[in-house]
Amino acid sequence: MDPVPGDPAGAPRTGAPAGGHGPDLGPLLQQAARGDSAAFATLYDATAARVHGLVLRVVRDPAQAEEVTQEVFLEIWRQASRYDVARGSALAWLMTITHRKAVDRVRSAEAATRRDVTYEQSNRAVEHDTTVEAAHASLEAHRVRAALTQLTDVQREAIELAYFGGYTHTEVAALLDLPVGTAKTRIRDGLIRLRDTIGVGR
Amino acid sequence: MTDHDQTHDWDVHALSGAYAVDALDDLERARFEAHLAQCAECREEVDSLREAATALGTADLVAPPAAVRDQVLAGIGRIRPLPPQSAGGTRATLRRRTPLLIAVAAAVVLLLGVGVASLQPWDGDDGPQELTAAERILNAADASTVEKSFPDGSSATIVISRSEGKALIRTTDMALAPDGKAYELWLQSPAGEMVPAGLMPDEADTTYVLDGDASEATGVGITVEPDGGSPQPTSDPIALFALDS
Repeated sequence: MDPVPGDPAGAPRTGAPAGGHGPDLGPLLQQAARGDSAAFATLYDATAARVHGLVLRVVRDPAQAEEVTQEVFLEIWRQASRYDVARGSALAWLMTITHRKAVDRVRSAEAATRRDVTYEQSNRAVEHDTTVEAAHASLEAHRVRAALTQLTDVQREAIELAYFGGYTHTEVAALLDLPVGTAKTRIRDGLIRLRDTIGVGR
Repeated sequence: MTDHDQTHDWDVHALSGAYAVDALDDLERARFEAHLAQCAECREEVDSLREAATALGTADLVAPPAAVRDQVLAGIGRIRPLPPQSAGGTRATLRRRTPLLIAVAAAVVLLLGVGVASLQPWDGDDGPQELTAAERILNAADASTVEKSFPDGSSATIVISRSEGKALIRTTDMALAPDGKAYELWLQSPAGEMVPAGLMPDEADTTYVLDGDASEATGVGITVEPDGGSPQPTSDPIALFALDS
């Protein structure tokens, strides 16, 4: 369904559709590990919008998000041989790297300068609107949204604060007025339910 | 903290979800990763929860500007992809065999990483196991961490427990020392002296308990030394970690 991007310097593309029926990522990673930059370009085109979407959602500042997205792909290139099919899908591997980098960025930025909470919250509203638009376009997003309704409010909020907010479970507990130690359980229970509802993993 | 903290195991397992969404602080992450190396059940759970989290994160599609693509494709020309994980089989291949073998293999991996500091896990009985030196540091109530990331994407974390009087280093994707050279670790004394604390194992990903008493150390340094190490640093540190007192 996607034209094969033979020209690495070609026009930017928007990435594979959300349904996940783009090229098979596992073999592309394998080729990239052997130094195949054309395969890597295909991988980039198939996943850049997902990666950048998540980075932007977590990091929020567009300029910083672009830096992080770039770091993520360089890291994927470097680590391609470490992807292990027995441990899950290539997309999950890639998004795990993405999420970690994005969270590292917000936490180190926070440590450098405690950010103005008001600014952050007003910024969040703006960012959220643009991403919701993209989310509506995708079938997968509907599935995820439906699955999210199966969670309790606390489970959903805890997961969203952790995953999109980049907060630690201790911070999540404080934000949600939960006893310390409870948020990690809510996050785990919520993720298990999410996993079982969408039918991913084992 | 005792070696047989009853709540310990339960607590660690319950961190799988928070770990899967990067909601642990540095110390908790180090503890949980030490646990993961030994717990196949937790590895499977983390893997499956990461798939769930991935579904969550793929709802937002935002194409990055074309310049990012150009920079990435130009950038990879300057980066050498890492070789596959070191010989002897990855965790995943081990996982397909019997649970006992996994447990033994995990113990071997941990031991190799930790050096000769602890031989207890070889006992092979099923009773409660002694904590390794690394676990004692990670689980100490006063454990604290200092992490450094390097431009090549590698990172190293020092975990120190003043009450245990020990420190360990965990590395991720560390480039191996050049031929004929080794990475030597140093504990900096309050007087500013660098005291040899052992040679880092020649592995990209490793956990190593530093030799010597770290209860008063003000810093940890890494230098490149000739094989076998030196009694005193012969070059400037490639990394220096300042430790809070």
